[in-house]
Amino acid sequence: MLRYVLKRLASLVLSLAVASLIIFTVIEVAPGDPASFMLGLNAQPETLAALRAELGLDVPKLQRYLNWVGGMLTGDFGTSYTYRTPVSEMVADRIAVSLPLALYALILSILIAFPAGIFAASRRGQAGDLGVMGATQFGVALPNFWFAMMLVLVFAINLRWFPAGGFAGWDKGLLAGLTSLTLPAVALALPQAAILTRVMRSALLDVLGEDFMRTARAKGLTARQTLWRHGLRNAMIPVLTIIGLQFSFLFAGTIIIEQVFYLPGLGRLIFQSISARDLIVVESVVMLVVFGVIVINFLVDLAYAAVDPRLRAHT
Amino acid sequence: MSRTLIIGAALSALFIGLALLSFLWTPHDHTTLNIPGKLQPPGGAHLLGTDHLGRDILSMIMVGARTSLGVALLALAIGLTFGVPLGLAAAMHKGSWLDETIMRGNDIVFAFPLLVMAILITAVFGPSATNAIVAFGIFNIPVFARVTRGGALPLWEREFILAARVAGKTRAHISVEHILPNVLNLLIVQGTIQFALGIQVEAALSFVGLGVQPPTPSLGRMLADAQTLVTLAPHIAIVPGVVIIGIVMGLNLLGDGLRDALDPRLQRLRT
Repeated sequence: MLRYVLKRLASLVLSLAVASLIIFTVIEVAPGDPASFMLGLNAQPETLAALRAELGLDVPKLQRYLNWVGGMLTGDFGTSYTYRTPVSEMVADRIAVSLPLALYALILSILIAFPAGIFAASRRGQAGDLGVMGATQFGVALPNFWFAMMLVLVFAINLRWFPAGGFAGWDKGLLAGLTSLTLPAVALALPQAAILTRVMRSALLDVLGEDFMRTARAKGLTARQTLWRHGLRNAMIPVLTIIGLQFSFLFAGTIIIEQVFYLPGLGRLIFQSISARDLIVVESVVMLVVFGVIVINFLVDLAYAAVDPRLRAHT
Repeated sequence: MSRTLIIGAALSALFIGLALLSFLWTPHDHTTLNIPGKLQPPGGAHLLGTDHLGRDILSMIMVGARTSLGVALLALAIGLTFGVPLGLAAAMHKGSWLDETIMRGNDIVFAFPLLVMAILITAVFGPSATNAIVAFGIFNIPVFARVTRGGALPLWEREFILAARVAGKTRAHISVEHILPNVLNLLIVQGTIQFALGIQVEAALSFVGLGVQPPTPSLGRMLADAQTLVTLAPHIAIVPGVVIIGIVMGLNLLGDGLRDALDPRLQRLRT
């Protein structure tokens, strides 16, 4: 087990190093000097030089890369060019919206997909199965941001059950915060739930055909007991993989959904920073999202080992 | 032919046909503005109504679907052009440094969520359809590299490959002549799925302004325009959305149907 964890950890560090190098290089080749952008065309050369020094743009590229990475490791994400506030503070405010939204959507996706997948698998080939599978074809094709617009139209504008956009803030209480995140979370969750349902169903069907399931029935367990005690646990590996992928997808997907609901999350921060050419913010937020995705994948790998003892033994 | 395949092929043909038809004919000129006749509901002279500038939505949809399909197709071409040779090369020398490098490189690309990659590219080069194509094209490379490698690895163990090696053919030669035709089915199925995904990606990127730029219509652009007007005239948001769902469902069903039809093991079961 220890060897497995160490091996995964090494690959985690390597991925992060390469990813940070790519992000830094891409942002470096970006045309336009942030300092001259901030000061405009008529800036004095001395002022420009002073600002460049202040922003840390005057040191060699390798040094800047190391400063950036070193800073992030200690929680210092640099200072925003436009707002002159630490990026880490801006990010902390925004992540308090994006991360709960992604989690909320993930929980919804699981809550929909598990029962639906189990239902379809236990009625393989019957009308119920076909109905669920047909619905998932529709769900998979559903663009989440379009679905979000439709939800706003029905539940915010016509029925007035939920706000059409904006975020109440967690200081207004948990309920107020969750209410403003409900429509965005449903919009994000439904297409993902469709995918997860299909995975759940096919994983269960694979397991149901195994010999040990027949053995379990033969020793006197009911169909329901076999399903819950042996079927679900063994179907969990492909399902966990997809849940891990979906979390990264949902986390990144908040970037678009936030645009529909005018939520002050990481996505809006990125878009505002792009138009202001505040590249240090873009750079750090992108790195943060990629970091999140890589760490989630790492945790999924660890979760496999917890579910499947064979993996621990082999690697 | 399975029902899935027929429905998928019919839906795909319908929308691809409409998109291609727009090269020759549209009910109205999609660039003609008619402000007094804006936001007309569906029916009458404009079958699907008009948008906020009085343009005919059906014509816009036809031209827009053409743009969206084009974006998806070009991104697919990038993925195939780079991904397939990489996958073949990785399978050719399984476990070698080349294989390791290609697969680790794939992992890195997978760590960048598609949208984040598009944002990064846009932040540097500015928003355009080309950048959306490049972003999704790069994302497609590891997808096809993996499918190709996964399909090729078991083939290298087979006798007909051994025979080709005994006959003195080089590994590269065998890869092109014997391996590639045998993974083609896998690539067709995956290609259909990535094509469908491409439609969704174009829509999402153009919706947030990172993809196709005005005045070129695309399904995503139409939805971006519709966002602020959805309360006044829901049809301008509903129509492009339904078309996206239709194309994507059609292509996905086509992919599923092709997978079943092209899998020789399933065919043997049937006969």
